[in-house]
Amino acid sequence: MNDSARAVEFRNVSYRLDDGHALIHGLNLEVLRGETLVLLGRSGSGKTTTLKLINHLLRASEGEVRVDGRSTREWNVIRLRRMIGYVIQEVGLFPHFTVERNIGLVPQIEQWPSDRIRQRVQELLQLVGLDKELASRYPRELSGGQRQRVGVARALAADPPILLMDEPFGALDPITRAELQREFLALQRRLQKTVVFVTHDLREALLFGTRIALMEAGHLVTVGAPDEFVNSTEPLVTAYVDAFGTDFNYNKKRGRS
Amino acid sequence: MNVWQFMAQNHTEVLELTLEHLWLVGASTVLAVLIGIPLGIAITRWPSLNKPVLGSANIIQTIPSLALFGFLLPAPWIGARADRLAILALTLYALLPLIRNTYTGIKGVDPAVVEAGRGMGMTDRQLLWQVELPLALAVIVAGVRVATVLSVGLATIAAAIGAGGLGEYIFRGLAMVNNQLILAGAIPAAALAISADVGLGWLEKRLSPH
Repeated sequence: MNDSARAVEFRNVSYRLDDGHALIHGLNLEVLRGETLVLLGRSGSGKTTTLKLINHLLRASEGEVRVDGRSTREWNVIRLRRMIGYVIQEVGLFPHFTVERNIGLVPQIEQWPSDRIRQRVQELLQLVGLDKELASRYPRELSGGQRQRVGVARALAADPPILLMDEPFGALDPITRAELQREFLALQRRLQKTVVFVTHDLREALLFGTRIALMEAGHLVTVGAPDEFVNSTEPLVTAYVDAFGTDFNYNKKRGRS
Repeated sequence: MNVWQFMAQNHTEVLELTLEHLWLVGASTVLAVLIGIPLGIAITRWPSLNKPVLGSANIIQTIPSLALFGFLLPAPWIGARADRLAILALTLYALLPLIRNTYTGIKGVDPAVVEAGRGMGMTDRQLLWQVELPLALAVIVAGVRVATVLSVGLATIAAAIGAGGLGEYIFRGLAMVNNQLILAGAIPAAALAISADVGLGWLEKRLSPH
């Protein structure tokens, strides 16, 4: 496969803390252009670490992470991050900026003209299903679901080809979460971004994933399409699937028969 | 003659000493802000500087003020004029609250906000000016407030080395065992301290991130 089909590639990547403790061991993984790769795993399995290696918030101790065919070490880190949208569970909206300034941040630091930023913000508010009136509000005046929508809009602002999402819907109530998941799915079908999505929720992984990568204790266990994944006989995968209850077991048995 | 009558009769002198006092406090606070805030920022960027910088500021704080005025007396240029010397000493005392509050203020910014900014490709400078400093501003102003109130009190001691200010009345009153005279220095000094506290407290509240 040539480089142009791969948006992100991990080549034998390890990540170690200063004290020598390894969080990621010899990771080999590729993310294809336009796919949604879900990094699935329990807390502490290394999924967030893997995500942060992509936008160089963390630096690989060994091996290399390639984005767009170039090692993250060779990238200008600021340029690299500006072409990668980043959404985190805590949202991390700037509390002293209005919704408009929050969404328009990357365009602003990229020095777009202000009328173009304003227009783009309006487009994005509509895209993520928010009322245009909210543009002048502050994050504290929004509900949790609205904040996360702003977080997604902000990540999409400069139309980055790659989107990193770290449990973006994890802190929401089940109803709001389901609503945002549905809308994000529709959005992703339209935008066709390359998405790396971190979650511990198998249902969410099956919903979004073009492929699902299961991580455990810093190792990649397996990676495959959702149906391959639920039917896998790999013990760590079956354990994970079993932990999520009977629906999947039922599908699994049916799939085998 | 009570203290109010004394102050009314000598109002030009009271005003003069108050202005001298304000000069000592104002000049030293401005200098301390100009030195302390950059130092506070620096120790968030280079953690290895943290201990030496905060440690030195802490040690200065433990030197008795009268002794510090004495230590600085032989310094060239500075020692030549009492007000320069007093301003330097007051600046040194004001550094600790400024450095510490700048540091705590920046470190206290929600890590998720900083990480989001960094992940979106903000440069260190953009992060500092657009995110960290605005969000830390209320805490930094609280440091300025502590430093200013502290300086108003300390500046009365500067009269001991002839730097003027409202301490003149206090020292004169002590020497003459005249309580009215002591009060004539202490009351305006207290008024200055209270107004600085209230004014900067109001500013701090206004700047608090919502």
